[in-house]
Amino acid sequence: MDNILKTLQSIHAEYDYSASDDYIKDAMLDSFDIVVLVEKLEDTYAINIDGADITPENFKNLSALASLIKKYADGPKS
Amino acid sequence: MQMVQNHKLTNKKISGILSVVPKHMVRFIDEIDNYGFSKEKCIDLQRTIGFNERRIVKDDECGSDLCLFGLEYLIDRNLLNKKDIGAIVYVTQTPDHFMPPTSCILHGKLQCPRDVLCFDINHGCAGYLYGLVQAFLLLTIIDKKVILLNADTLSRRSCSYDRNIYPIIGDAASVTIVENSNLGNDIYFNMQTDGTRSDWLIIPAGGFRMPSTDKTREVKVLADGNRRSDDDFYMNGAGIFMFTQTDVPVSVNELFQFAGKEIADIDYFMFHQPNRFMLQKLAKKLKVPEDKMPNNIVEKYGNSSSVSIPVAICHNIADQLLTKQLRICMAGFGVGLSWGTLLMDIGPLAFCSLIEK
Repeated sequence: MDNILKTLQSIHAEYDYSASDDYIKDAMLDSFDIVVLVEKLEDTYAINIDGADITPENFKNLSALASLIKKYADGPKS
Repeated sequence: MQMVQNHKLTNKKISGILSVVPKHMVRFIDEIDNYGFSKEKCIDLQRTIGFNERRIVKDDECGSDLCLFGLEYLIDRNLLNKKDIGAIVYVTQTPDHFMPPTSCILHGKLQCPRDVLCFDINHGCAGYLYGLVQAFLLLTIIDKKVILLNADTLSRRSCSYDRNIYPIIGDAASVTIVENSNLGNDIYFNMQTDGTRSDWLIIPAGGFRMPSTDKTREVKVLADGNRRSDDDFYMNGAGIFMFTQTDVPVSVNELFQFAGKEIADIDYFMFHQPNRFMLQKLAKKLKVPEDKMPNNIVEKYGNSSSVSIPVAICHNIADQLLTKQLRICMAGFGVGLSWGTLLMDIGPLAFCSLIEK
């Protein structure tokens, strides 16, 4: 979780990502931020997130992001 | 279960492709104050999405002006003879007028004979495939050359403050000559439409459903902080991203199965160029090596809708296509929503280049 928080804050240092349950609704991540976040998460965790998983739902909060990363970290490497 | 209707044509070929881009260049870095992005975010977006330089028309220049420039370029160099033209197919979302068809205007400017058929097709990012298929089908009744023209100047209908649209939009035109062939080469394609998502890419006002008024022309600040008017081009960016990552791979995979081909059989995947990130993700999903699917057009010219495939071809593989045959897979996807995949051998071509007007 700490690594994910650090990555989020590298995009927007001004937001407290631990205090929101919906980054999209709270306007803390827009679609461009998600693209940048995907790239950073892929680098950090050595994963390849399938384009079909790049949905607002999978990026809405820390728990959703942790589940997404776990899915790829635990799954076959592509 | 068969989800896609696949088709096969034979004995048709592309004999030349010319792309025309405006000389007028604009740079993302000069526009960032319009979008409210921080400098750091701009650097990230340049790297990931490919926001950089784009070619757009100046003032009131139209797509047909770029096409006419390209056609005269070919005629002046004896690469096209007006007597050989059997039909003109003009694909655009930015016609000169609601009426007459822009193909007819070009027919007049070229002083073509009266038996040259003229068609306008209103299509966007899948429009190169729609135009090619229409041109191939015309060749079943016409034994002359069919001139496929693709042109768009959507920069003229995009709000310069709209960060979803304006940093990627480019203007361009292309001339593709299609004719019958006795080489027996097979052309495989499929095309699909989902009109329930037709409002995902739309210019809401300015037609007959919502005529342009002072109110529709007013630029509004939207809930997400973005800005545009109802007269401007709107894109549901998140929806379109999902569409390209889910529907498009199905179309490609189904066509390969129908054609009995493997990804490794293809020399190049010349796909519509929405942005670098989307294409990188598509390439990974389809297991296509990145060097076989160029994604460098948005950063050099911008996304020019149906013209982006010919621009990608002329920019990246023109030299090869002048000397040899390549097996090319094209995919177009966008407004409609419409999408499709086409697989064919192209080359050696009589001409293949990108010129500036």
